[in-house]
Amino acid sequence: MSQAQTKYDAIVIGGGHNGLVNGAYLAKSGLKTLILEKRHLVGGAAITEELYPGYHFTTFSYALSLIRPDIVQELELVKNGLLVLNMPTTLAPMENGDYLFLGSDHYANYHEIARHSKADAEAYDDYTTMLNKVCHAVKPLFDQIPPNLFSQEPDELARLADLGRHMRHLDPKTLHMLVRFLTGSAAEILDDYFESDIVKGLFSSSSIIGSKVGPRSQGSGLVLLFHKMGEVDGAFGEWGFHKGGNGGFTQVLARAAQSFGADIRLNAGVSSVISKNGEAIGVALENGDEVYADVIVSALDPRRTFLQLVDPRELPTDLVEDISKYKFQGVSAKVNFALDGLPEYPALPGRFDLYRGFINIGPSIDYIERAFDDAKYGSFSKRPYIDACIQSTLDPDMTPPGKHVLSCFVQYCPYELKDSDWDSERENLGDTVQNTLESFFPNFNDLVLHREVVTPLDIERTVGLSEGNIFAGEFLAPQMYFFRPAPGWNQYRTPIRGYYQCGSGTHPGGCVIGGPGKLAAQQIIGDMKQ
Amino acid sequence: MVKKTPFFARTGPLNETMLWEHWAGYLVAQKYQYSELYEYYSVRNSAGLFDSSPLFKYQIKGADAADFLRGVLARDIGQCPVGRAQYTIWCDDHGWILEDGVVLHVDDDEYWLTAAEPNLRYFQNLSHPYEVTISDISEEYGLLALQGPHSRNILKQLTPDAEKLAYFELSSTQIAQKNVVLSRTGYTGDLGYEIWVNKDDALAVWDALMEAGSGYNITPFGQKVLHMARIDAGLILIDVEYHTARHAWVDEQRSSPIELGFSWMFRGLQEDSRPFIGRRAIENELVSRSSRWHLVGIEVDWQRYENLYNGLGLIAPKDHTPIEEAMALYDGEHNWVGHTTSFMFSSVLKKHVGLAKVAPYHAKSGSPLQLELVVNNRPLTVAAKVVKMPFYNPARKTA
Repeated sequence: MSQAQTKYDAIVIGGGHNGLVNGAYLAKSGLKTLILEKRHLVGGAAITEELYPGYHFTTFSYALSLIRPDIVQELELVKNGLLVLNMPTTLAPMENGDYLFLGSDHYANYHEIARHSKADAEAYDDYTTMLNKVCHAVKPLFDQIPPNLFSQEPDELARLADLGRHMRHLDPKTLHMLVRFLTGSAAEILDDYFESDIVKGLFSSSSIIGSKVGPRSQGSGLVLLFHKMGEVDGAFGEWGFHKGGNGGFTQVLARAAQSFGADIRLNAGVSSVISKNGEAIGVALENGDEVYADVIVSALDPRRTFLQLVDPRELPTDLVEDISKYKFQGVSAKVNFALDGLPEYPALPGRFDLYRGFINIGPSIDYIERAFDDAKYGSFSKRPYIDACIQSTLDPDMTPPGKHVLSCFVQYCPYELKDSDWDSERENLGDTVQNTLESFFPNFNDLVLHREVVTPLDIERTVGLSEGNIFAGEFLAPQMYFFRPAPGWNQYRTPIRGYYQCGSGTHPGGCVIGGPGKLAAQQIIGDMKQ
Repeated sequence: MVKKTPFFARTGPLNETMLWEHWAGYLVAQKYQYSELYEYYSVRNSAGLFDSSPLFKYQIKGADAADFLRGVLARDIGQCPVGRAQYTIWCDDHGWILEDGVVLHVDDDEYWLTAAEPNLRYFQNLSHPYEVTISDISEEYGLLALQGPHSRNILKQLTPDAEKLAYFELSSTQIAQKNVVLSRTGYTGDLGYEIWVNKDDALAVWDALMEAGSGYNITPFGQKVLHMARIDAGLILIDVEYHTARHAWVDEQRSSPIELGFSWMFRGLQEDSRPFIGRRAIENELVSRSSRWHLVGIEVDWQRYENLYNGLGLIAPKDHTPIEEAMALYDGEHNWVGHTTSFMFSSVLKKHVGLAKVAPYHAKSGSPLQLELVVNNRPLTVAAKVVKMPFYNPARKTA
């Protein structure tokens, strides 16, 4: 039997991080597993590339927080090279030249916030405690297969009852705040606690990442909460930088998957899932090969999982309609720089310890809302929100000694531009981002050795994420938990027997979280036992 | 008045936290910056610089230096040629450990030894029959530890010897035109070097290292991170894993080298006829297997640890601050079988790990244990097991 015809127990389509996690769990359970990746490297949107000689860029995804701690343990990721470097600081420059600089000391942060508002410094602990309680309440939901709201099966009804009991045991304030996060705007919540623009600007930035909302939009609370659900060493809301970037992390996942016996085949794009009598039996590769397995798992986003890999005519019309209307509308871009040295912030001359975490260019809710306004009407932001990080200050192996890489996550950059297209606007976006940075860090331009601009269109073209949505589908309440990616199909199964989904478009995706990959494997293994 | 090390003119201004400790009468940084994890990950991913000058340093010199040390130190220094260093221990007549340290064989008849406590009188009292001079050179030299995966890349810019040194080798060389003794040793379990420099040349060497390391994120690190790193590496610490027998009152306070895991130092003892202090007792313990306990590594069951706290409505804490005090260990029937000596959440390993003394019957790798934690002021236990040390042991350490 040739390699092309080898029979596997399970095939995972897509070597993004969820595909790798899924394949690793399936292989660990004893299934002969093949992971197929269309590109020359695994990782999907979590890759690191040497796009300029000696300089390693986190082309797309750029930091780590949400990866489920149980996956780290169960897949023995430390043994396979996991190394999450602490990101201890956040610098939030202001348009008047001042700044908010937070670090890892509680009282130093208190005094730094008090420099802007004593009331905000006082509120900071209350806000953090409230947020931690809400995160702690939601955490079990992140780590379990969500119940099927539409099932009459006794098991499912029991799980719904468990969920109800869990909610009922929350203290009223935590439950109320949870509902506010899930339905309201981040700005409303932040207004309850804080008064200063810079504090609210910084804290609201988590409420818009990857999403077509502004901090004052209903739904931004959910985005904020989601980003606080991550943790580093048990501390909610902390972020880390994996050695070698998120590409370094997905290499760790690949090694883990292989250590459990999974095969990974690169340059192996899948054109379709082969099904027979309503049952998936294999995949057809773009090169014409066919590979067969009892279980086929798509780690791609819902549009490609349901509308491209299989014939939609094999699916219920409601599902096809839901997926057709599922919102992607990517609004994020990356601009990555190779730098000759570290920038200097005028108010803190000679201080190069400012850059060991995030640099948050979003000095007020108004600033971010104005950036959003441009996107609402089909343009990219003239003064964009930027979540930047000079990653070489954490990992010197990213660059030649003494040089640096700067990763800039940029919003808002709507996938569909009103009067232009991204191939025409790519470098204009790069200039806009560079000019914005120059306005905060004079002489920034002099440091730039090289620039890579990655638009939503580039994300879609390179990685495959529809409309360049980094979460494989918007974080909108009607697209979460019970409904991710569609009502009744939130448990990783599909209407085609033996065909499953495990991408970030399923619960609890997106971000580099691994939960969908793990929970889908749990579902598959459970189904196989029945 | 607390003393300052030869590097204080540099370390002083660098300590933004102003958190200092006294170590052997010297002022040393507990940590330099608010985030000790940044310092920790410098040791694990780039390069960290540590001022270990407060260690006591002795020069043992003379025609009988080797002969003298072969009788005083339990591990055979005769196996350590010029240009090599050796980790060693010394014991009393009853085979109880007095101290551990590193010996550098710097010249034909000359050794340098580091120790955590004063030992001049002890060694001098034993030296009379020998042609040997023991001098306290503690204040003449500054001592730095450059540790981490990029330590070699930094040092090789300053001396060609850096690339030549194998694990536990040393050389007399120059850094910034200053004479130094460079050894490939350390207390972090990582690739690393230690640098002895005359106190008058200390700042020049510090500056040269910081300059050469600037492209590699060289970061000074303090005591806290040293302790975190040494637990990762499974390295023992005086007054934590053991107390010197010299000042002990009862045997419960004393430890034998076998109990501390140093049996490996006595492999081939049958072929080694030298008399050394404590030899008979050590031989007896090896033959009769009379050790009261063994020092082992333990690892907490992460899932049960999470469940324990979640069940109480709490977030499970993952504190990387070492707890260098006893926490009780039990078997499945809640019989007391030992205690931890050091315990922490290792950020690099993503696990709670500890060094522990347990009864020999429970010392086998994989042995199940119950670790007592105090949660909400109540003693509760969580599942743990014995694991092999070092917990963290990158190939680069010895490569």
